[in-house]
Formats: sequence, structure tokens, C-alpha cells
Amino acid sequence: MAEERRQKLCSVILPTESMKAMAESVGVGSLQEDSCLALSEEVSYRIKEIAQDALKFMHHGKRRKLTTGDIDHALKLKNVEPLYGFQSQEFIPFRFASGGGRELHFYEEKEVDLSDIINTPLPRVPLDVSLKAHWLSIDGVQPAIPENPPPVPKEQQKTDSTEPLKAVKPGQEEEGSIQTKGQGASSAEVKGSSAKMVPLVMKPRSTHELSVEQQLYYKEITEACVGSCEAKRAVCVCNKCYLFLFQVRVNVVQNNLALLIYLMRMVKALMDNPTLYLEKYLHELIPAVVTCIVSKQLCLRPDVDNHWALRDFAARLMAQSCKTFSTTTNNIQSRITKTFTKALLDDKTQWTTRYGCIAGLAELGHDVIKTLIIPRLSVEGARIKAVMDGPVVSNIDKIGADHVQSLLLKHCASVVAKTRPLPDMVDQYKVDYGYLGTMLCSHVVKARAQAAFQAQTVNRTTLTITQPRPTLSVSQSGLSTSSGSRAPSIIKVPSSLTLMSTRPGTPTQPSPPATKYIVMATSAGAASTHIIESHTF
Amino acid sequence: MAAVQDGQMELDAEKETKPEILSDGTSNLSGNTASGTLSSSPLTAAPAGGAPKMEDQQTLIAVLQFLKRNKLTDSVEILRREAGLGEDQEDSQATDGSGGGKGDVDGGDANSLLSRVSITSAAAPQSVIIFHSIIFFYSYRFGKVGGADDQPDVSVVLSAYSQQGDPSLYQVYYSGLKNFIESVLDCHRAELSQLFYPLFVHMYLELVYNNHENEAKAFFEKFSGDQECYYQDDLRVLCGLTKKEHLKGNEVLLDFRTSRFVLRISRDSYQLLKRHLQERHNNQIWNIIQEHLYIDIFDGMPRSKSQIDSMSGSLAGEGKREVNKAKVFHGLLKEPEIEVPLDDEDDEAENEEGKPKKKKTKKDSLGSKSKKQDPNAPQQNRIPLPELKDSDKLDKIMYMKESTKRIRLGPENLPSICFYTFLNAYQGLTAVDFTDDSSLLAGGFADSTVRVWSVTPKKLRKVKSAADLNMIDKESDDVLERIMDEKTASESKILYGHSGPVYGVSFSPDRNYLLSSSEDGTVRLWSLLTFTCLVGYKGHNYPVWDTQFSPFGYYFVSGGHDRVARLWATDHYQPLRIFAGHLADVTCTRFHPNSNYVATGSTDRTIRLWDVLNGNCVRIFTGHKGPIHSLAFSPNGKFLASGSTDGRVLLWDIGHGLMIGELKGHTDTIYSLKFSRDGEILASGSMDNTVRLWNSMKAFDEVETDDFTATTGHIHLPDNSQELLLGTYHSKSTPVTHLHFTRRNLLLAAGAYNSQ
Repeated sequence: MAEERRQKLCSVILPTESMKAMAESVGVGSLQEDSCLALSEEVSYRIKEIAQDALKFMHHGKRRKLTTGDIDHALKLKNVEPLYGFQSQEFIPFRFASGGGRELHFYEEKEVDLSDIINTPLPRVPLDVSLKAHWLSIDGVQPAIPENPPPVPKEQQKTDSTEPLKAVKPGQEEEGSIQTKGQGASSAEVKGSSAKMVPLVMKPRSTHELSVEQQLYYKEITEACVGSCEAKRAVCVCNKCYLFLFQVRVNVVQNNLALLIYLMRMVKALMDNPTLYLEKYLHELIPAVVTCIVSKQLCLRPDVDNHWALRDFAARLMAQSCKTFSTTTNNIQSRITKTFTKALLDDKTQWTTRYGCIAGLAELGHDVIKTLIIPRLSVEGARIKAVMDGPVVSNIDKIGADHVQSLLLKHCASVVAKTRPLPDMVDQYKVDYGYLGTMLCSHVVKARAQAAFQAQTVNRTTLTITQPRPTLSVSQSGLSTSSGSRAPSIIKVPSSLTLMSTRPGTPTQPSPPATKYIVMATSAGAASTHIIESHTF
Repeated sequence: MAAVQDGQMELDAEKETKPEILSDGTSNLSGNTASGTLSSSPLTAAPAGGAPKMEDQQTLIAVLQFLKRNKLTDSVEILRREAGLGEDQEDSQATDGSGGGKGDVDGGDANSLLSRVSITSAAAPQSVIIFHSIIFFYSYRFGKVGGADDQPDVSVVLSAYSQQGDPSLYQVYYSGLKNFIESVLDCHRAELSQLFYPLFVHMYLELVYNNHENEAKAFFEKFSGDQECYYQDDLRVLCGLTKKEHLKGNEVLLDFRTSRFVLRISRDSYQLLKRHLQERHNNQIWNIIQEHLYIDIFDGMPRSKSQIDSMSGSLAGEGKREVNKAKVFHGLLKEPEIEVPLDDEDDEAENEEGKPKKKKTKKDSLGSKSKKQDPNAPQQNRIPLPELKDSDKLDKIMYMKESTKRIRLGPENLPSICFYTFLNAYQGLTAVDFTDDSSLLAGGFADSTVRVWSVTPKKLRKVKSAADLNMIDKESDDVLERIMDEKTASESKILYGHSGPVYGVSFSPDRNYLLSSSEDGTVRLWSLLTFTCLVGYKGHNYPVWDTQFSPFGYYFVSGGHDRVARLWATDHYQPLRIFAGHLADVTCTRFHPNSNYVATGSTDRTIRLWDVLNGNCVRIFTGHKGPIHSLAFSPNGKFLASGSTDGRVLLWDIGHGLMIGELKGHTDTIYSLKFSRDGEILASGSMDNTVRLWNSMKAFDEVETDDFTATTGHIHLPDNSQELLLGTYHSKSTPVTHLHFTRRNLLLAAGAYNSQ
């Protein structure tokens, strides 16, 4: 390759036409072909020479980009008057012109009126150079602070968040520690392990068991939290987070909807409290919340109880925590997205879980809906149709499908209304979105009308319009920026709490000690644990 | 060799400054240097006897004629004064010399004269080269290079190319040799392959010089792909050269011609080559080898490909073996003994009034030398060093106290790194330096400014104006505090004065001065008490890429585009030494910890070590494949580390003159290197936005410097970069411009944030 480039370099000589054009521009009418050739060779050589000198100035200026200043300095070296008045621009818009069989690229220089320049107000004075210190490394370990780059390179994060299902990133948690020791080794390792990690995606669903001690502890804490004693509650607020996961899990097992709602509201309250640093407990909180979103069964009588509301609330909570805590370091949002999408794509997923996934994704914002949900609309539509029109399998399925349908319509309509060009043809919608097309079309029309109406109200009264979902006010946005020292390991699970049962040979991740496994007694909890487990926080 | 002498001649040119400089040191030094330069310089070797004397005279006169023609009257004056030639003598000689010719009438006169000289002195080719470089130097010095004036000069330089073979046969010759080398035994092939590149270049230049443009292009296209990839940059320059006119004033070409390309080949391989060329009557190639190459033949096993590759890559081949044979005193100077108060409590109190006491104790202790002298250390007064002032002694005490609190670094105990990021520098940060005690930070910028920051809570203050100073009670204890003007206290100060980007900054050890070197060709000395410019040192005329203070202050070194490094003293406006020999820009300059030597890195991809005492080049290190941009001596003075644009760090043993290690890992130019205070860890900072830490202790320990490798210079480099790499720390988007270990072994890094 290098050779090719060199060969190419040899042959680069300015075309003789340029010489002619330049000669004409200075008033030399007819230039002989021979002199053109001689000139162009000479000029090309001189330009190369100057460019080579200019490179020296670039290197010493510790830059990667050659500037016009460098060329000026190179000219100065040769005792040539520098070309004043040229500035380096990011983009030089060459224009193309042809005519009379000649093709020309030129840079359009506008004539500037001096008085215009003089009369324009001065631009703002650029900020002065300032000095800022931060820790690049403390005793050989790079701290995860905003000043340092994330342990996972940006490109990878981008692919992670745009294509959440592409691959489970192996050893992502460990990347930070590996990266500090021997780059080459780790990259090889990662490459090797990615092949081995594939089975991880397909790991079997299994149940877990709570130890007796844990059950006792749980009882104590629940009493403290839910009970009436205020003093006790205050004490246990600190270690509440640790136990959150237990509580949720136990309640899922017991199908105690009321308590679960209570707990979710407690999470919300915790999040809204600006004095708490929840970053350290995210690994406890998030799996609990995710469980409430996607669990197969949350109540004793799923056909009657409104567990959908709990799912909605938990999804909103999830979105809020994503907004507040997601950083380039912990990457919460993309991991959550990945979890949801994976469950959504699974054919065997129950309607309840499916509902939770869609709700969770939808709360994450319009972009997520656009990229992840809308493309799935036709598939989901077909599925709903199968339940609705087909022989009645069970009432529960029907209710589930119904809820999923209304959820999809609710969230997609507003997004489609914004992104789709205007003529709302029912047929076209049908083609694009399948079974749901018809209903979606009517919803979109409604959404557009509402938007227009709102715009009108704004015009008339100049009132500020409230957010579509006022419940989602972000109260802790300041937290993530102000927290200076977040340890890189915060999103790791203490091994005793790991929910993993079997993790097929993963070289980068130490298998958790085989002591305390949490096993669910009833099979109803299986789905929920599956989610949690595939999402090891 | 020629280059070194060239340097000494330049020294002669500055002779008038020398005595006064050295008078403040030992007089022994001046005598030494003067005699050294005189005896080794053929120009001024007046009592050398009959024939050679005549020849020298003729050479001289030719030079004078040439200079006169080009109206370089200053040079004529200087040269005449130095050589002790009278004007009449020269005139008579001139008419004499060009006896059969046309006298001073036509323009070809100087040319004919010059060629005559080169013919007469053909027996002593060295003097021809010297002669060329004199002309080159003089014309260079007065800024005439690049103009029309250097035309005769270049034609002389090139005249060796005028011998012509059949241009169409060049390809045949070259491919014949290529076939031969490819057919020889493996052990010889690698060695003989070294011939390809220099032969290729010389043959190509011959073709170009003799106006066979098409043949030259064809030749280049056919064989340029065979050359080693690390010669790419040079080939790129070469491929632009297609006409004889281009050869004029091209520096790369001059380098090739004026310096012989050095190859190291075993005797067996050489015999093989010689036999082949003689059998084939391949005179063309044989001539080139004889005239333009220097083949350093050694006895013993031929070297392997990897051994050759590790040493080659420089513009003029490897260094000759005998170049690195000179003794280098790489040991450290004995620390002056200063009584260190052990208890901290009364030290604070003692600091103020205890000064005179300490001075006395020091004088006493100097007499009884308890510590053994390092056998490799130079004599304490080998070069005159400034006397320690009271403030320096206080600083030494501070240093010792700090070093007791120093963290011992090692593979298990890596340093913490504090990164100073320059924000809003708009890509303009070009140089950074920290003071030794890490209290001040200076930055050189592309907008010609130098900025000084205080990185401690102590603010920067100016001294009061003269009128205010008069009002101060000079007897008071805190007079040093009183002279400072509180009103001027600020965290940073800007120094204006340069008229081009500032490429190098360096603090003096006592923190009173700052040096800066710039594109405008000057080195400036700034006072950090008044924050004004004190001196502008002119001499380089071209951009000055780097400057550094000696570890003991007073002296400093600078290097620039004019291919020389200069040694200065702060109180002299002209340089004390000029270190000439590099074939391209001197990009970085570093003082040895004992201040007796200066290391310079260059765009010609070599590192040279110069003796400050006599200006000789004592070491040439080749092996880098790109321009060298950073150098660092180990604290014990035994080793040197160098980093270049190819992203590799090379480690050198100064005493043996050998390469001892190669650290691969960086992906871009390494702009800063620093050893920790105890030398256990080497930190490297690069354009690729990383700081890397290397286990230098291990790298140095593993080297086997037995007698064999020491004498032959053949090294086996272990490929253990990965084992030696202790850590890699990425910054977000900040190239690392400078690294500094504090006295307690905390690593400070600095660079400008690059928003793209």
C-alpha cells in the first residue's frame, strides 16, 4: 500500500492547463506548450519542497494538521515573502466550472468592502488560555471521572446504543482494568472471548432460592419500612437499597401487587431526594425496577388487577434513572435498551413481559421509539391479530394483547405524527405497519389535530404548554455532573448478590462463588429472574 | 569526521568571544580548547610542512576567491584573519594559480579555480569535503543559501557525478547487483542488502545530474519499491527531483553528497561483493562504492537482518564504530556537601538567620571528601560551573528534604499522574516546561507568547519599581519579601517579545530565569522577577527548535533549523561552542546531568552526544526511523532514552555506545520522555493522547554488555516491549506535550486539549 502511495506521489504534477489559466490571469496571452510543461514541472517541484518544509513546522507545532501559517514559515525559510491574508479554514469550498472544453476548480473569493468590515461590530473576544488539572491516574489506576476517557471507547459505545442486539460485549466490566495493563493482550483476549461468549445469550432460565437468613433479614427490613415505626424507618433508609432487590423479588414471588407499588414509589422518592448519592446503589435498584417492568406475573389475579399501571410507573422510573445516571462510564441506557429489545424479539415472551418491554423502551424517548419500536410494529401487529382473531386461548392473553396494542398506538402515534410526511393514507399505513396500520392512522390524525390545537392555544394565549408527561420531571439532573468521584466499579454486583446460576465458560469473568444463590420457589417468577439475570448489574 | 572539523572551524570563527568566556572559569579550559582546535583543523595548521601547506594555501585562496566573487566580504575578512593570509599573497597566488587561464575577467573563473583545487587535493579527499563544507558554512551563515549565489558551490559538490556511464545500462547494473545479492547465501544477503538504498540514491542522482530525466524516472519507478519502508520520507523527496536545476540548493542532496553513507559489513561479505564486481567489470557500481560510500569492515560473523534493521534508518547510514569509542565521563558530579538540618522544627526558624552558619559548615566539609568518587565521573572542574549561591543551597536542602519523602516507584507501585490541560489554546501550545520543584509552569504558544503559571497557591509577583525599591529598608530581615509588589500578584503572567511561534521553553534551576526559543531565530532570556526580557541571543538565524538550561544553570544549549546546536552562557551574547555535524535540523537538545555533555536529536534520524569541553562529537546513535523529537537522560547519567515520530522509544547505553532497548507501543510521535527521580520508571507522552509507563529498571538490567557486543557493536534486542510496559493512560483528546516528575515522584503531564 505504501508503495502504491509512493508511486502515485511521483506522478503528481500540476496540469499544464493550470499554467495556461494562471498565465492568462496575469495577462500572458499565449504560452507555448513547452514552456507550460517546463513551468508546471518546476512549480510542482517547488510546491513539494515548500510542503516538506511546512511539515517540519507542523511537527514542531505539535499538530496533526498543516496550517497556512506553516506554509508561511516555510516560505520565510526560503527567503520568500509569505502569502499574507490566508487563514486556515476547516473547509475550503472549491467550486467547479467548465466551459470551452476546460474544467476548472476554483476558490471563490468575494470582494469585500472595507467599510463593511470596519462597520461590523467586533466579534467576541475568544476565551483566554486556562489551565486545568485532573488526575489521569492514581497509584496506577485511572479514575473514572469526566476528564478521563470512558474505559470503553466511544465508537463501541455508539454501536452499542444504536445496535443494542449486535453482540453482547464481552468483558465490558473488566475492560477498564485490563486496559490499563497491556493493551495488545486485552484486545486479543477480547477477540478470543467474544466467540466463547455467544452461548451466554442463550443461557437457560433457572430459578433461585432465598436462604433462611435472607428471608429473616427481609422480614425485619420490611417491617421497618412498611411498618409504622418512624425511627426504625429512618435507620434502615441507608441499607434499604441493599435489600431492595430482595424485597422486590420476594414480592414478585408472593405476587403482592400493593407492596410492589409501594416499593416503586419508594424508589421514586429516593431518586427525587437530591441529597442521596444513588450511583453507588444503582446495581441494586435497577434490577429491581426492571423486574417490576417486565416480570411475567406481578399479582395474584392478573386478569383483574391493574398490574399494567405498576409496569408503566416502573418504566417511567427507569427512564428517569437512565436520564439521571447514565454516563459514558456505566452506559446504563444502552444496557437497559439491550435488555428490553432482547426480550421483545423473543417469540416466546409473554404478553405481560412484552408490554413491559415496550413500555420501558417507549419511556426512553422518541428516538428510541423511532429506531426500535416502529420497525417492529408490523410484527407485533401480526402477533396481536393472531390473538384477537384466532380462537380464544385464554382471557389473560387477550387482555395482554389488548394492552400491548393500546400501548403501541399511544406511543407510536405521536412519533409517527412528527416524523411522517403529511398525507395520512390508511392504505399506506396498512402497507407500512400491517395490522395496526388502520388504528395507527386514526391515532396519528388525532395526534396531529391535537398538536395543531395546542399550537393555536400557544399562539393565542402565549402560555407555556406543559410537558406531555409531567410526571417525568427530572429533579436530579445536577447530580450526575457534580459527583466527581464515581468509582468505576459501581455497577458491579457484589458476588454474594449475583443472580447467576450458570455462566458458561467466560474467561474474562470470574464465576461467582457458589455460596448464596437465590432461588425462586414458584415457576411464575422464572421470567422475571431471567431478565434480571441476563442483565447482571 | 569532516563534519566535526567543520564544527571546530566555526568555533574558530567565534574565537574572539572565547577567552573572555572562559576567563571566569579555569584558564586551563581555554588553553585546552584552543590547542585542540588548532591542531585538528587543517585550515589553520600553518606549520604542517611543505607540500600540504601549499595545498592548504591553495584551497584557502580558492575559497577566498569564491567568497569575493559572491561579495561575501564579511566572510572574506574573517577567513583571512583566521588564516593569517595577506591580501597581496592571495592576489599573487590567484594570478599564479589560474596562470594559463583568463584571469579575473570571465565568470567561469571561480569555477575553474575551484575545480582545479579539487583536482589537486584529490589525493586527500577529506580536505575536499572540508572545503565544500566551509563554503557551505560561510554562505549559509550569511543567509545566501537558496539564492543564486550558491550555484558554483553546488556544482562543485555535484561535480563528482559528472563521470558518465551509459544511462540505459544503469538499470542493468542495478538489477545485476540485485540478482547477485539475492543469490548469495542467506547470512551474507542481509548485510549486502544494505547496499541497495545508497546505491539506488546515488545512481538516481547521477542520472538526474546528467540530464537523463526519463531514464531517471524509469529507474526510480522500477526500484524504489525495493527499498526499506523506513526510507520512504527520503524517497518522497527524491522523487520530486527530476531535473538538474532542482539539485541546486536541495539540502537532502547536499547531505548525501557531503557525507559518505556508512555501512557496516563483515569482511567475508565484503570480499564476496568485491569479487563479484571485479568479475563482472562492473565499474560503475564499484566507483560509487569507492567514492560515495564508507564501508566499515569488521571481522567475524555477518550480522542478521534484525540486527541490521535495528541500527539502520538514519540519513547517512550507521555511525562508524570508531566514532563511539571515545571515553565519555557519564558519572555524576559529586554533590556539594551541605549540612542538612535533621529536625524539621528548627529548620523553619533557622532558614532566615542560619544561612551564614551553613555556609561555613559547607566549606569545612568540602575539604574532607568522604564519599568515593565515581570512576566514570568527570573531574569536578572539567568545565567551569557557577558557584552555589545561598539561595541555591537552601534549594538543595529543600530538595533533600523532599527526596526523603519520595515514593519508591516500581512495577507494583506506579506513580500517580496529574494532568495539566491547557484549555482554549486553539492548537497553539508548542512547548511546556516545569520548574524542578514543580511550582511554576511555562507554556510557549504559536502566537509568539510565553505564559508562566504558578501551580501552587503562591502567586506570581513582580519586583517593585526602582523608585519604590529605594524606599525599602535594606537591612530588614524580610527584604526579599519586601521588594515584591503585592499589587502585581496574579496566577499567570504573559511574556511578549518573540515574533514567531515559541518552540522551546526552559526554566533555570534557580527559578529566576526562563529561556524561550522561537521561529524568529532568537533565544530569549526572561527574568521571572521582573517578567521582562533580559537578552535576545541571536545566532541561529533560522527557527530554533529547542533550548535547555544546564542542570547547574549559567550555560544553555539551543538547536535549530540551521543544523547546529549552540552552547551559550547567559552573560555572553555569542555562543561558546557550535556543535555542527547533523545533516538536518537539530530538533531537540538535552544536557547530561553532569553538564559536561549535550545530546542532540535531529531530523536526520541520529542522536549525537557532544563534549562541552572541546566541542567534539563523542557518540552517534543510529536506529531511529523518523525525526527524533524527545530525549531524556537517566538520573544516573548512564543511559539515554529517545523518542521519535515513528512512535518508538530507544534506550542507549552511553558508556558503551550501544542501543540496549526498544519500547514499542505508541502510535504517534513521542514528544516527551522523562525518567522518574530514581530512574526506575520511564514515562513517555505522545501525540496519540497517551502517557505510557515503562519498567526502565528491568530494561537496563537485562542488557548483556559483554566484551563482544561492546567491541563489535552488534546487539540483540529482546522484543519485550509488552513486558516492560507498566501502564497506558489515555487522555480524552489531549496530546501529551510534556512530562515531569516532582521531587516526590508524582508524575505531572501537560498538553493542550484538542477539541476535534
